[in-house]
Amino acid sequence: MKVEEILTRGEGEKLFLLGNEAAVRGALEAGVSIASTYPGTPSSEIGNVLSRIAKEAGIYFEFSSNEKVALEVSAAAAASGLRSFVFMKCVGLNVAADSFMSTIYEGIRAGMVVLVADDPSMYSSQNEQDDRLYARVSGSPLLEPSDPQEVKDLVKFGFELSERFKLPVLVRTTTRVSHMRGVVELGKIKQGKAKSTFERNPSQFVVLPANARRLHHELIQKLKEIEEFASDCELNRIIDKGGDSGIITSGSSLNYVMDILDEHEIPAKVLKLTLSYPFPEKLVAKFLDLVKQVAIVEEVEPVMEREVLSLIGKCGMKNRLHGKLDGAFPRAFEYTPDIVRECLSKSFDLDLPERETVKSNIPLPSRPPVLCPGCPHRATYYSLREAVKNLGIKNVIYPTDIGCYTLGAAPPYEMADYLLSMGSSVGTACGFARATDQKVVSFIGDSTFFHAGIPGLINAVHNKDRIVLVILDNRTTAMTGEQPHPGVPIDGMGDVAPEVSIEGVVTGVGVGFTKVIDPFNLRKAREAFTEALQYDGVAVLIAKHPCAQITARERRRKGIHIVFDIDQDKCSRCMVCVRDFACPAIYVAKDGSVHIDSLLCVGCGVCRQVCPENAIEVSK
Amino acid sequence: MKKGLNAVMSELHGMAERGGIVTSEVKIGNASSALIQKGNADLLLALEPVEALRSLDKVGPNTTAIVNSAPIIPFTVSLGISSYPEVSQITTELKDKIVNLFVLDGLDLARKAGDLITLNVVMLGAAAAIPGFPVGKELLLASMKETLPASTIEVNCAAFESGYETILAEMQRE
Repeated sequence: MKVEEILTRGEGEKLFLLGNEAAVRGALEAGVSIASTYPGTPSSEIGNVLSRIAKEAGIYFEFSSNEKVALEVSAAAAASGLRSFVFMKCVGLNVAADSFMSTIYEGIRAGMVVLVADDPSMYSSQNEQDDRLYARVSGSPLLEPSDPQEVKDLVKFGFELSERFKLPVLVRTTTRVSHMRGVVELGKIKQGKAKSTFERNPSQFVVLPANARRLHHELIQKLKEIEEFASDCELNRIIDKGGDSGIITSGSSLNYVMDILDEHEIPAKVLKLTLSYPFPEKLVAKFLDLVKQVAIVEEVEPVMEREVLSLIGKCGMKNRLHGKLDGAFPRAFEYTPDIVRECLSKSFDLDLPERETVKSNIPLPSRPPVLCPGCPHRATYYSLREAVKNLGIKNVIYPTDIGCYTLGAAPPYEMADYLLSMGSSVGTACGFARATDQKVVSFIGDSTFFHAGIPGLINAVHNKDRIVLVILDNRTTAMTGEQPHPGVPIDGMGDVAPEVSIEGVVTGVGVGFTKVIDPFNLRKAREAFTEALQYDGVAVLIAKHPCAQITARERRRKGIHIVFDIDQDKCSRCMVCVRDFACPAIYVAKDGSVHIDSLLCVGCGVCRQVCPENAIEVSK
Repeated sequence: MKKGLNAVMSELHGMAERGGIVTSEVKIGNASSALIQKGNADLLLALEPVEALRSLDKVGPNTTAIVNSAPIIPFTVSLGISSYPEVSQITTELKDKIVNLFVLDGLDLARKAGDLITLNVVMLGAAAAIPGFPVGKELLLASMKETLPASTIEVNCAAFESGYETILAEMQRE
């Protein structure tokens, strides 16, 4: 399938879509006008698809500098009367939360859908937060799709719901839904308006306390109405397979429940909650009347379970309740069909045996993700470590940040000591510089610097902190799949765009020591680090070199096949290139000799600079 | 889809380029969830021998496995923090644990087809040769021709055929 087909295929046709691709189609069918995001896995592919097709679709799309800005762009569009779609990963909503809370009070003029992709089991996130709780904190209606077809349908429906109740609507997926592929039947694409006119109404759109007090009352009233709607809405439905046991579930857990019930022919009644907040108490109470015992199957937080528990208490019902709170289901991590089988077995006293499986006792080598061959970050870490060693500085603290370079935490560099969130490397550096007499060297990527690093840097300058900040500028948002950011001369629609200079920002906020280095020149980089480490104040080094994925593609395009090899006569097997530099293209053979894998080598040549024997040369 | 079958699939994104482990699970037919239960897989396609061992929990008495024997040594081995078992030890273990097992040098077949990158297509061809595989060879080849860039069709078809023929020959020998 070509990405363009998400736009070009007509009503009634079927595509095998990723949940994230289906989200794009849903927005197109709703006639969305403006879409915005900051890339973050597991939501990244939504933006990747939109950046390919937005122009053709006649909509505006941008990679905003962070999630808060993305939400604000979409909020203003919706307040102006254009349907808008903003999406982000789970923790992205923390960044956007401040403005998100206010959009719920203020409401919108045209539909606004906020999609968040949660990451149970933390495949690519720093925590396992359950953004269904954000619906509760903010008072935003919540939709939970179970598969790609529902992602498409619910994103589309979200706009209608949003306009009906004049509120932004939260759509929550998880990794398993966003990255699930399934057959999706398409609907008709609607062309949204390109422009609208904002009509001022400060009593609605300016949250002065006097307005906010009134708006909060209005929100509570709206939520009551939506709860009524949710109890009667066909999205929340009972699947009756007999018996007097009930299961309440949502999202991807529904799929596991249905597969297990079908396979083992278990009689049970399933309540699938799709519009799951405001919690449809009337419907749930009706369901509880039908069953004696009930299991709540939901990932991460016992959100619905607590709602059901309070409902049972409120109505004085007698149902036995199983879920996370009684220990029947695991408290953390994503569910699987096996977990659901085991836990339903426990809850309902069923005998659902595990299938016979195979086990091996051979110890397996670990295969963690590593910095790519030719990655400029490796070269940066290498020269910095040399400079620190030469100066004899002990106990350096290395606050790090979110991006590929977090992999610098792994051996042999182990240069990652403290990490909280996007941009935290700079603010925490200020704290370490105050709290200790240790040298503080922070790492932040180019995209992350624009996202949330700049306020920290301003803080460091103003408060006269002594820190070294290394900005790893690889000219892209690499970790999430190479999206552009404000520092590159291209925007989210593929158009030429002003390139915001990192150096300009850094010197502009008053940093006293700023240097741009090419990390592939190890000697010069080491010298710059040596200088920065001795600077009394805020020193910023911008290590600028394109991501290895970009350069590798360039090489393929230009037909360049230069790779390196090790002259076995010269090699003394000192292992500097393997153990200290640690490029994954270099390997040790069974006989102890060192070689370069020609399939992995991208010809960066940095290893030549680290080899003390000059044994590395261009492969013939 | 072309055969009118339902399919669901679960993918992992982002780890491949950085040398991590990537698994995808596919269910063809009536299924809600794309995740396969322990011991429940009908077919395991392992593009790397150690990763075949890592996936054994999905393998049961009815599983057919096709394993590429060419190892990709993780970097942790060069760093000396883990060790890679002998390939012969891995294949012996696999033979011991899996009743319907096919081991082939997929990388060599891909090389002969014209490009190492076609290893996955070699494995797809191999899968298509397994009796009961729900999609036939001709339909797979036709779909490949529809979706692949024109310049790569020839090498991909050659890769597919080599995987297919290898398994077919293996089955006839048995």
